[in-house]
Amino acid sequence: MVFDYSWLIGGPQGSGVDTAANIFSRVGAKLGYHVFGKREYHSNIKGLHSYFVVRLSDNKVRSNVNGANMMIAFDAETMIRHGLSISKNGVIIYDSSIVNTTIDQIPTIEADHRVRLDEFFKSKNMEPKVSSIIELAKESGVKVYPISFWDTLSNIADELKRPELSRMTRMFNVLGVSFSLGVLKAPIAPLLESIEEIFSAKPAIVDLNKKAANFAYNYASAKFSDFNISLDETDKKPNTMLVQGHQGSALGKIVCGCRFQSYYPITPASDESEFLESNEILQVNEDRPGSTTIVQTEDEISAIGMAVGASLTGTRSATSTSGPGFSLMAETLGWAGINEVPVVISLFQRSGPSTGLPTRHGQDDLLFAINAGHGEFPRIVYASGDVEDSFYDTTKCFNFADVFQLPVIHILDKFIASSVVTCNRFEPDLVSIDRGKLLEKIDGDYKRFAHSPDGISPRSKLGLENGVFWNTGDESDEHGHISEDPVNRIQMMDKRQKKVEQILTLVPKNDQAVVYGKSDICIVSWGSPKGPILDAIEMHRKEGHEISFIDIKLLEPFPTEHIKSLLKDSSVIIDIEANMTAQLGSLIRKNLLKDPDYYVLKYTGRPMTCIEIFDSLKKILEKKAEKRQVLLYGD
Amino acid sequence: MAIKLGDYKTGVHNDWCPGCGDFGIVNAIQMSLAEMQIPKHKTAIFSGIGCSGKTSHFINTYGVHTLHGRVLTFAQGAKIANPEMTIVAAGGDGDGLGIGAGHFVAAGRRNVDMTYIIFDNAVYGLTKGQASPTLKLGEQTKSLSNPNPNYNVNPIALAISSGFTFVARSYSYDVRQLKDLIISAINHKGLAFIDVLQPCPTYNDLYTRDWFGGLDQVNEETKKPTPRIYNLADTDYDPVVHYSTIDELNQKLGQALAKSLEWGNKIPTGVFYKNELITPYTKRITDKIPNYLENPAAQQKISKNGKPITDISKLLDSLIV
Repeated sequence: MVFDYSWLIGGPQGSGVDTAANIFSRVGAKLGYHVFGKREYHSNIKGLHSYFVVRLSDNKVRSNVNGANMMIAFDAETMIRHGLSISKNGVIIYDSSIVNTTIDQIPTIEADHRVRLDEFFKSKNMEPKVSSIIELAKESGVKVYPISFWDTLSNIADELKRPELSRMTRMFNVLGVSFSLGVLKAPIAPLLESIEEIFSAKPAIVDLNKKAANFAYNYASAKFSDFNISLDETDKKPNTMLVQGHQGSALGKIVCGCRFQSYYPITPASDESEFLESNEILQVNEDRPGSTTIVQTEDEISAIGMAVGASLTGTRSATSTSGPGFSLMAETLGWAGINEVPVVISLFQRSGPSTGLPTRHGQDDLLFAINAGHGEFPRIVYASGDVEDSFYDTTKCFNFADVFQLPVIHILDKFIASSVVTCNRFEPDLVSIDRGKLLEKIDGDYKRFAHSPDGISPRSKLGLENGVFWNTGDESDEHGHISEDPVNRIQMMDKRQKKVEQILTLVPKNDQAVVYGKSDICIVSWGSPKGPILDAIEMHRKEGHEISFIDIKLLEPFPTEHIKSLLKDSSVIIDIEANMTAQLGSLIRKNLLKDPDYYVLKYTGRPMTCIEIFDSLKKILEKKAEKRQVLLYGD
Repeated sequence: MAIKLGDYKTGVHNDWCPGCGDFGIVNAIQMSLAEMQIPKHKTAIFSGIGCSGKTSHFINTYGVHTLHGRVLTFAQGAKIANPEMTIVAAGGDGDGLGIGAGHFVAAGRRNVDMTYIIFDNAVYGLTKGQASPTLKLGEQTKSLSNPNPNYNVNPIALAISSGFTFVARSYSYDVRQLKDLIISAINHKGLAFIDVLQPCPTYNDLYTRDWFGGLDQVNEETKKPTPRIYNLADTDYDPVVHYSTIDELNQKLGQALAKSLEWGNKIPTGVFYKNELITPYTKRITDKIPNYLENPAAQQKISKNGKPITDISKLLDSLIV
């Protein structure tokens, strides 16, 4: 029997949900499980609801399921929102003080949600309060374990003879995770180790938290000894990393030589820049230390302007943003296009339009990334499907930028950025660095935009002797001086456009799209649905149904011929993506002159679960599906 | 071999209107570079959009003609990545104080070691003479259908209050003074700003060469015009912050702001404020990256035989569970 266990922790923002989940993820990874965790939170600093679901399994997992097996609720809202999503034989650990809290006493629940809850409780003929949820959970076979977090804290204070601890609610997170591991009878050593590692920057509180963890663990394992599922140690694969979503692309940037990044703070992109800044001094083999210069700018217009300016000096340069910031970058994107400047824009999508759902997931910027900026110029839009891909893809994006001398938009998203996953240690040996036609020395005459058969001219950089050039956002001649000559105009437009053919020829097919499985029923998708799709088709495989999947990574220029050949034997094509209008679908219709047979779309701001995709595929296999299915699961 | 003034000139046809103040500014930049003997490839002129945006094409150094209002962003990125470059940014007053005003303020706070010259003619010339941010409230230049409904920006005061550490004004027909100011600005350790008053002979019929020259204010005795422009260097005004005491700093900032309000019959030029005691951005980077100046972004080796040489094993080790 495969062990596959989902653990959910929820509470008001600022209550330590993240820390607790990080500890739990670490413990799971240390015990040898594959880990997939995702964070959901409101655009808020303190008080609104946030939660984290961590899935542990013997097998590789790349997504969440619906609901969870165990839940730790710091507050009433968590009980109301998630209490009924806990599966049979699951367990809920909650703070006993919340039993009588009514919906009316939870101001942070949105008005619309309140109406739905009222209707729900009315239909059950129950009072709208936490105790009703507890009753319903029990009825469905869930064990419910009340624990007073406050009492535990005072007991710890008594035991350690430190009365001030009885008010240290900041320790609730450690208590919560320790209770749950006590119930699960997990070995305690990984818990204590994880606390030590996570709080390593604050040695003063490590010991205290370990003592609290020990107390809570022992308390729960003794008190709830009837629970019969245990989290045992399994075979741990060597070289397994536990990575936060934003670390993949950041580490890719460091290893491939990105030495300048400018950014303006925005969710969910800034974590990446902050990681780069906190690791700005670099070890370099056989050389003095290197560094990444990170500049926080006054806005995203400045962020991309600085990155382009830095790139002109020959520095591998990037900026990192999300949809609203990328909107501001559009004009400079065109400047980089006409001036053939290599620059990488890491676009961590979230749900739009406008501010949209600022802390939630979405894939609604694909067509914008492809079309942003006025005028016609080549660019590359390249998508990553998960954290591990994002490391290697980032390094490829810098090669694309240098080789083809153009802006590269590397599309990621909130689902990737706020996931925590186990994966194989990244292998820098697999990374190559190709700076294309960047010159280190120039003798004689030089023209920055000299015509060449492949459309790509040898590239000088600011500071290089004999390499003086001019740039302008105007159309220019080969030197880079303004020219409105119609013949020059068409030559220059054509020169730049030649890159499109070069890209489709030189980017390896496996980097354009990755194919999984073999079947005449084929999913096409891009970006982060990859994980839930792979998990869902694995589930169907176990039931005897093969479904193949093409993960399209190169989205602009669109690899039409390649995708056409990959789909030539498919009788059913299913487009799965996290937006309303099926943006990849529109690219397939436009480029392949083919309408996918089915669309599975989600735009609630929550990532897809493998269960949702499994169910929607099942309907398709049973020929009971509508052409367009919209997924709704998740809070 | 000495670099000659002519070496800094390109053969690009200059299409500015006859009598345009821009010519004086380009000449002064070229004269400064020649006098300082800065190699062509060690200099980059960044420019914005508008008539002044073409400046970079007339100067034979690296030239980056950027976007409207964004010149400082490109220029700072280049300077931070390669601090060995001498960077001069140039743009119009609409470019820098209208669409680019946010960058102007942010650049002052950063104090990156470079020079920014605003071609200040109070109109948007290339789009046919609309009111720009330095045109005063109620003034009506010839292509405006109504008097200007907006209050003006005071570039000197804005620069001082934004953190620029060298703030000066010049006049495009006083090329010698402008050249000297550009040299001082380039030598200044920090962000230097020069507001260059510059007639637009085509669209600004108020601030003309004659007006600046005071042809309307003839001295009754001498029968000679009294020029509006005068040089602070010819007075006992001391713009330099010598000590890092708050009292002195405030006194220098205060006198510069007061001076910036002087306008009308007499218009001061020269250095209003200079403070090298405030650290430039490069210094702020070396505080966290000690070898930044010896090994800045643009100089770093990143690969050998196509493979990365950055060692991330420690970072990866820290993620191993």
